[in-house]
Amino acid sequence: MKTRSLVTIADTSKEKIMYLLEMAHEFEKNTNRKILDGKVVATLFFEPSTRTRLSFETAANRLGARVIGFADPKITSGTKGETLKDTIMMVSNYADIICMRHYLEGAARYASEIAPIPIVNAGDGANQHPSQTLLDLYTIYQTQGTLENLNIYMVGDLKYGRTVHSLLMAMRHFNPFFHFIAPDELKMPEEYKEYCEQQGIKYKEHKEFNAEIIKDADILYMTRVQKERFTDLMEYERVKDVYILKKEMLKDTKDNMKILHPLPRVNEIAYDVDEDPKAYYFQQAKNGLYARQAIICDCLGLTIDDVKNDPTILK
Amino acid sequence: MKKELQVAALENGTVIDHIPSNKLFDVVNLLHLQKMTTPVTIGYNLESQKMGCKGIIKVADKFFNPEEMSRLSVIAKNMQLIIIKNYEVVEKINVDIPDQLKGIVRCSNPKCICNNEPMSTHFHVTDKVRGIIKCHYCEKEQVLEKVQLI
Ligand SMILES: [Zn+2]
Repeated sequence: MKTRSLVTIADTSKEKIMYLLEMAHEFEKNTNRKILDGKVVATLFFEPSTRTRLSFETAANRLGARVIGFADPKITSGTKGETLKDTIMMVSNYADIICMRHYLEGAARYASEIAPIPIVNAGDGANQHPSQTLLDLYTIYQTQGTLENLNIYMVGDLKYGRTVHSLLMAMRHFNPFFHFIAPDELKMPEEYKEYCEQQGIKYKEHKEFNAEIIKDADILYMTRVQKERFTDLMEYERVKDVYILKKEMLKDTKDNMKILHPLPRVNEIAYDVDEDPKAYYFQQAKNGLYARQAIICDCLGLTIDDVKNDPTILK
Repeated sequence: MKKELQVAALENGTVIDHIPSNKLFDVVNLLHLQKMTTPVTIGYNLESQKMGCKGIIKVADKFFNPEEMSRLSVIAKNMQLIIIKNYEVVEKINVDIPDQLKGIVRCSNPKCICNNEPMSTHFHVTDKVRGIIKCHYCEKEQVLEKVQLI
């Protein structure tokens, strides 16, 4: 069955990425509409993720759609032994599109193959989270005015952090220079460095995280360093305070530099950084709304012209 | 001379040649040869100029379909199928890994959807020389030599 699902952004073309960003920009200009009046959007969260679910549901609600679904897998039939297929087929009878989060990798891909309606991947285990990637791209574009030729510094957990992997792959079209800053145990996996080499993407690895290292950054992408990721707890104790961004580290950074973080943070960005105009993670989270509005509309077959010439915009 | 002897006995059927000796019984199991009702001749630890030591299997009145051949390709590189009709070699087929493997090997990622739903597995072969495959679902790359057959 051929529908317009969004499972991954890793193989999305440059043109399509720019198209979706343009659409997201339209939603930033006019967020509240009735363009999805009469549509039903299902949000199926087989794994809880309040932030992502609220963002998808707000996106749908602000476009006039109705939302059905579940937020907690404990109260759904999955625990009664129902297969994913049965749940997807059942919900496909009720909804026009499914936004799903699942703890198993490849769940959204499989759902998109069996469902008669579009599937939006809202995260499948450690694998993909394309709406996060699109909002990251949107935020970079919004703050830098371009996606081309940027110095992007990724800091923290580069081994398990799927957001940095997806962002890395999606940026391949735009000639980035990546700097990977991580402790040994959490450094960028070989397969992604190989990917960079195949794609001709420049990168440099660092273990130290200080003002000198980040002074050429256009984007500083921070991630959580989680204790549970370490096999060696001594190593965790050694590095846990090394990858924290402090206000004084910002004084020599470029004027256009912006700090991003997929949130939630633990302690990797000191709270006094929040007041700095270079801190951009809360606006980044807000952009998730526009990115998800664009994704839902695109999957439902609406075009950029439909969105630009939308008579249902609420002023 | 030896080779002629090994192949000559078959009137119609398929000879599977150049099987690494340590993979011989994998081939038997994979093709369910133990359930065949036609004569099957198995040669084990035969001398081979190319491989040092090899296995060879002759299956009377059996011609393998593409799916069975792609199953074979997973076990070892460079195996050869010799098709015999009327005592004559009519075709020699090198068993190549296809671009995709469906329902043949298991994904090694326990958190992959294909290990948790009643569904068929699906892999893309990303590097035929090194034998690297990538799960269509969880997108994890895996080494063909280490994956389990279904
Ligand atoms: Zn898999």
